[in-house]
Amino acid sequence: MNTGTVASAKKLKIGYKGKSIHPPLNLNLYEGELVCLIGQNGCGKSTLIRTLGGLQPPVGGQIEIMGVRIDKLKPKQRAGLISFVLTDRTASDNLTVRQTVEMGRLPYTNMFGTLKPADKEICDACMTETNISHLQDRRLGEISDGERQRTLIAKALAQTTPLILLDEPCAHLDLPNKISVMCLLRKLAKNSGKSVLLSSHELDIALQVADKIWLMDKDGLQRGTPEDLILEGKIEAAFNGTNCRFEPSSGTFKINYGTGRKISVTGDGTCLRTLWTKRALSRAGFEICPDEELLSVNASEDGWILHDGSRKGKFQSIEDLLDTLEHETS
Amino acid sequence: MKENGKNAIKFAVIALVFAIAAMADLLLGSVDIPASQVLESIGLRHEASTISNIIVNFRLPKALTAILCGAGLSVAGLLMQTLFHNPLAGPYVLGISSGASLGVAVLVLAAGEIALPAFIVQSGLGTVLAAIIGAIAVMAVVLGTSARIKDSVTLLVVGMMFGSLAASVVNVLQSISNPDSLKVFVVWTMGSLSSVSWDLMYIMAPLTLIGIILALLLQKPLNALLLGETHAAGLGIAVRRSRVWIIVATCILAGACTAFTGPVSFIGVAVPHIARGIFRSSDHRVILPACILCGATLLLVCDIISQLPGTGYTLPINSVSALVGVPIILWVIFKNKSLAA
Repeated sequence: MNTGTVASAKKLKIGYKGKSIHPPLNLNLYEGELVCLIGQNGCGKSTLIRTLGGLQPPVGGQIEIMGVRIDKLKPKQRAGLISFVLTDRTASDNLTVRQTVEMGRLPYTNMFGTLKPADKEICDACMTETNISHLQDRRLGEISDGERQRTLIAKALAQTTPLILLDEPCAHLDLPNKISVMCLLRKLAKNSGKSVLLSSHELDIALQVADKIWLMDKDGLQRGTPEDLILEGKIEAAFNGTNCRFEPSSGTFKINYGTGRKISVTGDGTCLRTLWTKRALSRAGFEICPDEELLSVNASEDGWILHDGSRKGKFQSIEDLLDTLEHETS
Repeated sequence: MKENGKNAIKFAVIALVFAIAAMADLLLGSVDIPASQVLESIGLRHEASTISNIIVNFRLPKALTAILCGAGLSVAGLLMQTLFHNPLAGPYVLGISSGASLGVAVLVLAAGEIALPAFIVQSGLGTVLAAIIGAIAVMAVVLGTSARIKDSVTLLVVGMMFGSLAASVVNVLQSISNPDSLKVFVVWTMGSLSSVSWDLMYIMAPLTLIGIILALLLQKPLNALLLGETHAAGLGIAVRRSRVWIIVATCILAGACTAFTGPVSFIGVAVPHIARGIFRSSDHRVILPACILCGATLLLVCDIISQLPGTGYTLPINSVSALVGVPIILWVIFKNKSLAA
């Protein structure tokens, strides 16, 4: 399936001032592939992206882009192979969307930055693809964060590079915008055969859209499809903290409230009713244990029945159920 | 296309205002000279007379100085605002004017203590040389720093620190010097467009033009820097090299203007905002020429006002540039609600 290697790194050490943060990394990026780089704050995601893009020198090892060593490339040649969308919000608010997208053509212009008609056409196409054509005369200071991110992605597209690197493209965005940016990037990778690497904190979205996950922690980098990593328990291991827990069964995070009280839930109604009853109870601090006999809830079509030792109670809503549990156990 | 047409009209209007201001600057002055005689004096064949002497050797170089200085300081200010992403930046943020002040202060104030020949201290050339040496000294330090330092904000702080250092030394010199020297120095700090004779013009004009041409050649990296330094690097711009060239151009422009006219404040900070306000753009292909034209026009207008036509008084150009500039900049702020670089 993976036809061509776009970028590869051998025995790559990244870091600052000659100090490597990880053991050497061996990495490959292929055509048409969307890779999400996941990891906690400060584990070196940005450093890896900057190093792979040639914006900072590696501490050791080699990077090749389309078969050429990155340190042999002139800045202008490099700009024809790698484009960036970065987190620094330094872009001038006075630039229009169109001007920003046209910046992507700078590597292909003469020393005065004059655009040819063909360059303008490429920019038009990129704005259509990212769905920002209607904004082209607006200024960056006037548009929303999501639109701004789309503009920067259009700029990277206009650069027509085989590799696009994005450092947290979803930061500052609300959930619908996060998803739409991720889906846009996936579409770009699939339609144009570009290789797209992005760093992200949105593990649950990343698991759904990424072809590969690069899971980074202080010991190095784990690679694989999202499903393999889940099945091997690697995502669980990387993200289990005191406050949250990754649930392989649902692919989502669960907040760990941890009061240590146990309860069992049975249900004869729809499984939706049972599911949300479990959610409500775990939010209230209960650990759901199927074997618990002292305290149990039966979620049926006509209400909730609570068994507390010998006593029994019936409730018409989860709110009533939780209220009673709160009083009894405290 | 529509945008280009609008810009062409705006440029034409400003060029017209510029031409009128330039003519008015030659016509108006503390001596009333009829327009016909002004034109005659500028023409090639004219009789040597007091009037033609005033026009050719006094008003013409003064108007030229206003044009060069206005354009040069505005371009220098624009370069600094783009480089530092800071709407408050101006031609003097790198401490160049403080360096020039220090040079002049050392010459004028300290010369009273050690017996320097009077003609060096009194003549314009002495002051100019001192200012150039002072500006170059600060420039060398800032350039040396910029080649090593990675981010521009640190550079800004370094420049401002050198500026404060030079200003403190100037203060120390002021407090230990005699009143006569002090007055010469204070008058220099007020700025004057009339101190550039034709002899000095042959140095000032080429320097300013070199600085402006350098800036025009840098418009592609300048535009890329609007996206931030890292994005500019991603677009294949050699950021560090561009930064050094931007600083070289700024130093030449600010250094040349300050050395010959004294520190003319405000123009350099205000004009880029005025130009962006009028053209509603940050694109240096539009804004650089706009700064040149607006800056030259504004300083010409300031010069006309500073002579208080009809009265015998002449005001210091430094005060007039702020008096004229502040209302304009306020108008731009209220109109656009912001001052983005």
